[in-house]
This record gives sequence, C-alpha cells and structure tokens, in this order.
Amino acid sequence: MSAAPESRVRSAIPAQTLPQAVDGGQADSRPIKLKATGIDFFYGAFQALHDVSIDFFENRITALIGPSGCGKSTFIRNLNRINETIRGARCEGEILLDGENIRDIDVTQLRRRVGMVFQRPNPFPKSIFDNVAYGVKVNGLARGKRAIEEKVENSLRRAALWDEVNDKLHKSAYALSGGQQQRLCIARALAVDPHVLLLDEPCSALDPIATGKIEDLLFTLKDQCTMVIVTHNMQQAARVSDYTGFFLLGKLIEFNKTGVIFRTPAQKETEDYITGRFG
Amino acid sequence: MSAPASIGVPARKREGVFLQRLKGGDPVAHAIAWLAAASVLLLTVLLVAELWSQSATARHAFGFGFLWSTDWDPNARKFGALPFIYGTLVTSALALLISVPLGVGAAVFLSELARPKVSVVLTFLVELLAAVPSVIFGLLAIFTLVPLVRDVIGPALDKISDVFPFFAGPAYGVGLLTAGIILAVMTFPFVISISREALLAVPREQREAALSLGATKWEATWDAVIPFARLGILGSIFLSLARALGETMAVTMVIGNDPKIASSLLAPGYTIASVIANEFTEATGDLHLSSLILLLLALFLITIVINAGARLLILATTRQGSAK
Amino acid sequence: MSVRLIRRKIVNAVMLALTGLCTLITASTLLVILGYLVFNGASSIDWNFFTRLPLSPGETGGGMANAIVGSFQILFLAAALGIPLGVAAGIYLAEFSPNSVFSFFVRYTADLLNGVPSIVVGIVAWSVVVVPMKRFSALSGGLALAMMLIPITVRTTEQFLKDVPVSMREGALALGASRWRAVATVVVPAASAGILTGVILGVARIAGETAPLLFTALNNQFWAKGWREPIASLPVMIYTHAISPYEDWHRQAWAAGLVLLALVLFANIAARFILSRGTHAQRG
Repeated sequence: MSAAPESRVRSAIPAQTLPQAVDGGQADSRPIKLKATGIDFFYGAFQALHDVSIDFFENRITALIGPSGCGKSTFIRNLNRINETIRGARCEGEILLDGENIRDIDVTQLRRRVGMVFQRPNPFPKSIFDNVAYGVKVNGLARGKRAIEEKVENSLRRAALWDEVNDKLHKSAYALSGGQQQRLCIARALAVDPHVLLLDEPCSALDPIATGKIEDLLFTLKDQCTMVIVTHNMQQAARVSDYTGFFLLGKLIEFNKTGVIFRTPAQKETEDYITGRFG
Repeated sequence: MSAPASIGVPARKREGVFLQRLKGGDPVAHAIAWLAAASVLLLTVLLVAELWSQSATARHAFGFGFLWSTDWDPNARKFGALPFIYGTLVTSALALLISVPLGVGAAVFLSELARPKVSVVLTFLVELLAAVPSVIFGLLAIFTLVPLVRDVIGPALDKISDVFPFFAGPAYGVGLLTAGIILAVMTFPFVISISREALLAVPREQREAALSLGATKWEATWDAVIPFARLGILGSIFLSLARALGETMAVTMVIGNDPKIASSLLAPGYTIASVIANEFTEATGDLHLSSLILLLLALFLITIVINAGARLLILATTRQGSAK
Repeated sequence: MSVRLIRRKIVNAVMLALTGLCTLITASTLLVILGYLVFNGASSIDWNFFTRLPLSPGETGGGMANAIVGSFQILFLAAALGIPLGVAAGIYLAEFSPNSVFSFFVRYTADLLNGVPSIVVGIVAWSVVVVPMKRFSALSGGLALAMMLIPITVRTTEQFLKDVPVSMREGALALGASRWRAVATVVVPAASAGILTGVILGVARIAGETAPLLFTALNNQFWAKGWREPIASLPVMIYTHAISPYEDWHRQAWAAGLVLLALVLFANIAARFILSRGTHAQRG
C-alpha cells in the first residue's frame, strides 16, 4: 500500500519548498528507526486502523495527515503503547524499534525511548522545574540536585524555553501561556532523552505565533531524535516534514517524501484532500 | 436553556401567542413545576424552623452551656450535650481512621490500577454495599462484632493498654470501638465512590503525560493522578464524616447507651443520634424533649457545615478537571 | 533490567496488591453480610413469617405480616407524595429555569436535605403531623420518608434531563410544540429510563430507613387500623427484635433482615438493569 519511500522524485519538486535533508539525498540512506507493519487497531468491535505499514527514518520528521477521525492519532498512540491504557483497545501487527519488537520491550523503557507530546498542553499541576524533572527523577536518569538541575536547564534550552522561564522555574506551570506550556511539555519529554518523539497535533490548541515557534523548534531537534507529527494542518506538514503519510478512514492511502505527496500524489484521494476538495 | 424557548415563539403569529401558550399548557405546567420546586425550599425552611422553635425551651434554659455540660440525667432535669458530642466525634473519627485508607486505596485500585472487567464487578459490589440499610449493619454487628470485640479484640487490645491507654479496661463488646468499626464498614462505600469520581475526573492527558515519560502505572497514579484529585478525595472524606456523624441505627444498636465520657475506647458511650433514637418517644417532659431537639439542631448544623465544605472541595476538583 | 527498574516494578506490583486487597475487603463485606443473613435467616422464613402477626415474647412462631404490609403502606405514601413532587421539581430545575437564583437555592437545599442525617429529617414529620394529631401514625411515617425521597428524586431527575441533548428540545420546539409539550413528549421520555432508575434507587434507599420512623410511624404489634394509627415496618421491627433479649425474636429479626436486604438489593440490581437497557436503546 505504501509507495516505496526510496523512490527518487526530487526533480519534480522546487527546492525551496523542500526540507533540506531530502535535498541532500542522505535521507534515503538513514536507517529505519521505527518500523510498523500491518497494524490493525480495534476499539472494542470497531476497527479504527486497517493494515497500516510505515517506516520511520532516523532523524527525520514524518508527518501524518488526514481528515479528523481518520486514525492518524490512533496510529501514533500505538507506537509507545499508550493506547493500551484505553478500555477495550486492541492492537495487532508488528512494530519494531531499532529492530526490536516493542511488545518485547518493557513498557516503561519503551515509553522513555519513545516520548510523546499531546494535543493539548498537559503540564502537571507542579512547578515548571518539577514538570521537567519528573521524567528524570522517575527514571533515575540523574543523581543529585545539581545533576537534575543541569538536566532541566538543558532540556528547557533544547525546547527554546529557557530564556523565557529561567527566572520563574519554581512558579506553577499553569502560569505559562498555552504555547509556553506546550514547549514545556516538549522539554519534559526531551528530558528523558527519547530516541523518538511522537507529536499528536501539538499545535492544534495554539495561535499562529506559538505554532511558528514550535515548528522552528522541531527543525532544531531534528538531529537529536526521530519525530512523528500528527497534524490536520497540511501547510504545517509541508513546512516541517521530510515524509508524509496520508490517512483516510483508518487506512494509509499514501506515504512518500513530503514533496511528492504535495506535488505529485499518486492517489486520487490524496490529491482531493491536499487540494481541499474534501475534508 | 432560554435560547430554545425563544426559538419557538417568534415562529408563531404575534396575536394569540398568549392564548396558544395557555392552550399548550405552558403557564400551568410552569406553575406546577414551580410549586414542586418551591416545596423543596419550604421543607428545608420548615426543618430549620421546627428545629429552632421546638428547641426553644432547652435553649433558654441552658444557653451555650448545653454544649459543654457533661450531665445528662432526665430524672434530675439536667441536660448536657458533651457526652454525646464526645461519643459522636470519637466514633466518627475511629470510623474514618479505618475507612479512609482502605476506601481511598480501593478507589485507586478501581479507577486506576485494576483491569476494566475486574473493576466493573467490584465497583458493582461496592455500590450494592452502599445500599444495605443501616439497621442490617446493626443487626449483624450485635450478633457478630459485639461478641468478637468482647472475647477477642478487646482482651487483645487490653494487653497493649500500657502503651495505648485508650484501650484499657474490660471489653463489654458494646462501646465506642465497636460503633467505630461498624461505622467504618458503612462509610467505605461513600469514601470509595466519591474518591473514585474524583479520580475519574482527572483528565486522561495527565495520566498519559506521566506514562509517556516512562512512569509505571503506580507512579503515574501517585505522581499525576492523586495530586490532581486530592481536593476531591478530601471532599469524599468530609462527606463520609457527615454520614458517620449522623448515622443512627447501627450505632444505637452497639454503642452501649451510656452518657459518660469514657477514656477507653472499649467502654460504652453514646452518640447524639442514638440518644435521640432511644429517648425521643419516651421523653419525660418538655425540657427533656426540647433538649433532644436541641441536640438534633446541633447535629444538623455540624453536618451542613461539613457537607458544604465537602461540596466546595468536590466542585473545585471537577472545575479544575474540566478547565484543562 | 536495572536494579532501579526492578525496584520500581516491585513497588508497582505491591501497590496493585495492596489496593486490590483494600477493594477485596470492602467488596467481600457485602458477601459476608449476605451470607450471614442467609445462614441465620433463611431457616426462619416460612409461610407463617409472611402471614402471621408477631407473637409476644416467650411464644415461639408468629411472623411479620403486619410489618411487611406496613412497610409497603408507608413506602406507598412516601412514593405517592415524593415522586410527583420530586420529578416535577427536577423538571423545573432542568427545563424551566435552570439558571435562576430560585433554582440555585432549590438545588442547594435539595443537596442539603440529602446530606442531613435521616433522624434530623424525621423531626419535620413529627412536629407537623405527630404533634398536632397527638399520636404516632402511618401518615407521619410516610411524610418523613417522602422528605427523604424528594431531594433524591429532584437531583436525579434534573441530572438525567440535563443529559438529553439540546438538539432534541430544539427539534420539538422547531416543530411548533410549546415548551411544556416538548418537555412532556420528547425530553422526559428520552430521560425516562434514567429517571425511573433514580426513583427506584431512591425508594430502595428509604425502604431501609429506620431512624425517622422511630418517632413518626413508631411500631405496632398488630395490624394498623388506618393511616392515623401507629404502624409496623420491617426496619423498625428488625431493630426492636434485634435489641430484645429473646432468642425467638432474634430469629425473626434475621429473617426480616434477609427479606429487607433481598428487596433492597433486588431493587438496586433492577434499577441498574433498566438504566443499562435504557442507555443502550438510546444509542440505537
């Protein structure tokens, strides 16, 4: 079902609209970080995903787009097994992280390696510092006050939030604006050094300026981890991602380099969606 | 709500709107429903008014001294509330001491940790437990708990009474401890169901945030869910306290009916509700009856204050939950 | 796995077991109660229990026919008074004037009545009915229980009416129905399963109430001759029999306890069944 992501289609795309990495030609040579094969997903009797297979390349941003209810969020929630916490949810198929089946990985370790940022900012009702330190402490990634402080500062810097909050680290996280809260959640996720970062419509609750900041952030994080972003915003997908998958009614219709999807989609449904003919 | 009403009206012709509405029964139905709603207010006003007026004799006779006078002797026309207040507070405190840890633990298990199917069955059983009438708890307590306290628990506790002096003395079986235990059993379901609601009101994103950072289920519960729900859980404790304070039948059957302030939990005591249950219909004279109603008034005031506090706390949690 | 991870897993498992134990203790209480009542009471439940009057202490045999009938009489009174009032008030709160100050106070006092100990609530029936009539009566018992039933019914009715989607109301109003017609023909039927459940649960709850009956309906060893007479009820009968010193009365108390508990649990289970059926039907 998924078109081979290796297919070379560079020539069809004007260079300025494309993320640089693809242009460089190295993208194809990156190893596969996360490989999902034949994913079927059920909420009780309702089948939400049908035979979805995608390869995610290391240090690349993959965007999953599609109309709401198409299963894109459901799909990424399987990648860190957070769907297992939902009543009556059942996932079939195989997901490999660095070649290892995620069902064989201890779930807490899996989730440490595969971080997640949610649709609405969901900081804990704690201080900014404690929010970022939480994952570090719970996983025992740093010992001692000094080490934890370093870790927190480092994570906040990586999330481009340090300059805005360094003077109020012990204030409640709820005092931050929505965009800041979302970057705090990114910092919190980064603090445990995930290899993969799942972003489930991270900008849907944010204004355009805050959205822009998050998108900039994603570019800078690219060399640190592999990212999967679910978005209903096609421009966002086109701006930030290297690869794009288009979902419709629980099926992966098309998967390819972002430029291909937006310039010369192979499937009629994809074309209809990106040209706004439905959705 | 008023929006839909105004949608219907302009659709009709201006003239005859009132007649049509009358024909449709609106004003009549409105009036009937209003009367019914007003009756709830009326009943409450009546309740307060009766408690106030019927306790007038005792209020004038004793004033606030009633609350800390320790004598209760109907024959000598001496009436003091302190032994009953003491018994009520001690039994309720004992009850909460037992039921809160167990109940909150169970609520955490049911809403956070258990498999859904296990949770459904056990929640059902707990809800049914809440439906068991007080008098049945009392019946069981008389024939099972009382002998148990008298023959097993009491003597065992007496042995450690050097360390814990409040366990000293002979165990009659009936007494403060027995009443506290049965009250604990009766308040379990309330602690559980209200704490559980508070936990379920915690947004899913909070759990997922902790889990997605690699926390175990318990860590997510302890670090993310419980702090979020703590006001609601506190509210459940308050509500259960209000229940325990006013609980009548089961306590009356095992408290021992002795209006004195005993230092030992194994000794018999008395509570506000149980003295009313026992003496109300056999009151010797107006002052006795009036004193009992004054006790009711005190109980009423305590429970509404606690209830109001509990509701505020629960409201605060659900607000917090839905705001995010 | 690192030592730290193993430790975290152990903590997780221990807490699961501990909280599970808390739940088990609580849930098994119900089974213990039920088992005890069946063990002690079942053998005393026979034809006589349902058809004979209680005997004086010392005589063996007899039954609680008057208490069973009496309980139903008091409940009938309470339901006849409390359900229409409660449902109508609930409709007022949900449909006619949900945001007024008056409704706020009604809601607030309903919650307050719900939280007030039952023995306090009984005082109104006592002073309104018993004192002027100068006698304990079935009537006052019914009123006392109705006072407990009303706030329960008000709040559940309001809750279930609120759950009916606004679109249903608007649909009816758009067809030209008056507000009242819309409520009576569309909104209330849509919430009927929920309201019925609430009413059954409310009646089941007051069915076991004893305290407010002690100084209203009192008790009666014989058949009550009318609504103005003191009347026997199962809960009060259980109370007086249980605290008596007589072996045979204890036996009767167990039997009565079993009957009462069976009725209450049956009502609870039935109510839940209706609710689950009702909501399934709504979903289609």
